Amino acid sequence: MNTSTPWRGLWRLSLLILALVVSLGLAQTALAQADPGREAAIAVPALDADVWRQVKNGETGPNYRDSRFDSNYNLINASGETWRQLRDRWVSPFGVIVILGMIAVIGLFYLVFGSKKLDEPRTGRKLLRWSLVIRSLHWTVASLFILLALTGLNLAYGKAIFRPLFGDGFWAAMMSGTKLIHNYLGPLFGILLVILLLRLLAHNIPRKHDLAWFAKGGGLIGKGHPDAGFANAGEKLWYWLLATAGIAVIVSGLVLDFPNYGQGRDTMQWANIIHAVGAFGLTAVALGHIYIGTLGTEASFEAMATGYVDESWAKEHHNLWYEDVKDQAVPEEQLAATRPHSRGEEPTPRSG
Amino acid sequence: MATMKFMCDAERCIECNGCVTACKNANEVEWGVQRRRVVTLNDGEPSEVSISVACMHCDDAPCIAVCPTETLFQRDDGIVLHDKDLCIGCGYCLYACPFGAPQFPKQNAFGERGKMDKCTFCAGGPAETQEEEYLKYGANRIAEGKLPLCAEMCSTKALLAGDAQEVADIFRQRVVQRGHRDGGWSDNPRRERVRAGQGNDLSAADSLAYDATQQG
Repeated sequence: MNTSTPWRGLWRLSLLILALVVSLGLAQTALAQADPGREAAIAVPALDADVWRQVKNGETGPNYRDSRFDSNYNLINASGETWRQLRDRWVSPFGVIVILGMIAVIGLFYLVFGSKKLDEPRTGRKLLRWSLVIRSLHWTVASLFILLALTGLNLAYGKAIFRPLFGDGFWAAMMSGTKLIHNYLGPLFGILLVILLLRLLAHNIPRKHDLAWFAKGGGLIGKGHPDAGFANAGEKLWYWLLATAGIAVIVSGLVLDFPNYGQGRDTMQWANIIHAVGAFGLTAVALGHIYIGTLGTEASFEAMATGYVDESWAKEHHNLWYEDVKDQAVPEEQLAATRPHSRGEEPTPRSG
Repeated sequence: MATMKFMCDAERCIECNGCVTACKNANEVEWGVQRRRVVTLNDGEPSEVSISVACMHCDDAPCIAVCPTETLFQRDDGIVLHDKDLCIGCGYCLYACPFGAPQFPKQNAFGERGKMDKCTFCAGGPAETQEEEYLKYGANRIAEGKLPLCAEMCSTKALLAGDAQEVADIFRQRVVQRGHRDGGWSDNPRRERVRAGQGNDLSAADSLAYDATQQG
């Protein structure tokens, strides 16, 4: 009996080991399925909350990599939503309000006060105000401005009006054309506007009497005219608006128009906001400029159309200039007789 | 109706760029355009982490809001598609997109960018015929009852695609397993305790993971 005991013990031991091994294996599968610590232990170490906060703010560390070729993007374009909100919530409504508002104000003004008539009858004697070069420049810049304003407005608001109106096919062609016109004529407008501004700079230096002109509201309402030289204070204001806001619109437009220089999204977002605010504002003021130059003031339009103004008009609207150049007045008949021959070689007008 | 979503589990992504390659292959997109990208943060540091990014098919998509030609639109299942016939290449979607998804084949003077391209969730886009659809937008796997190839081919199943609810369920389960305190992406105290040999106590750190199990 004694001799068999170790044998039996060994048998039991081997059974026990087998059972242990099997149970160990079972336990391990159970561990893999149920032990939550396991995935936690092998998972990639995660970044802390501060890093994700940085990502959300659009910041990138020195060891940031992007698999996309030539990419300068961060993980999250943090300013994109800001730009969208600025554009859709503020700038777009601003454009509608300022442009439709201006049309309403002008319409109301015209209905209530009517246009500014000449106080005295025309004398029939003419003064040269704008040379052919200036007039050509003015009308080219003006046509481009109108074209750019219309295409710009179509880019901003067209989808609400024209897609349901015309249907997809025409709408697609219309928008492609709009973008081509806007992108290719924009730089041309910029160059010509700068030339025009430089040519008119001498006329538009602010003077002391301009303040008095503003104080009297430019004599827009009622009788009487404040002092004004070759350009009155209102014209100077329009000039300096174009020389500041206009240039800002041109520069921001060039930033948007030439992505080949690799400027980033953030730069173009701001350029777009400046471009839109400036352009909507200038469009509204341009409506005022167009009104005053056509319907708003008697005999003003002929200045930019023919280059000559009537003596009475000059005396009333630009008295200081008139004092300087009144001896150069030419009778209308003489002008009509010489016009066909003198085209392109007209004398340069003297400024006041 | 299901709402389709991508979700990249940054803790599983191994930066193999398989999704990028799969996408390029499935959709045959233009040279230079790469609809999906893999971003790596803290590359080479112990805390290195990678994440695969493409169009996330936002519910309130900024690209749709700013597009002047209504090129971009959202399907009922949440997939944001684009109509190449309407795109004028103005680049507004690119300014607005939080994820850098819209890309243009060119970047030339006078804003000549060509037609925008972006991830379609492998759902093609508006076209007359299947051939035209493939040429313009790439594969329409959704129409064939398949998920986007990037997610299908992800070797670690880091990139998930599909019905938002199902994707969320899978991720929630992973978060519970990992025992993360706040959603799976930030510090993981239990992992640190397990590594330090301090046991596997769930009591303090897992309130959010616990909450997640209660919501599911």
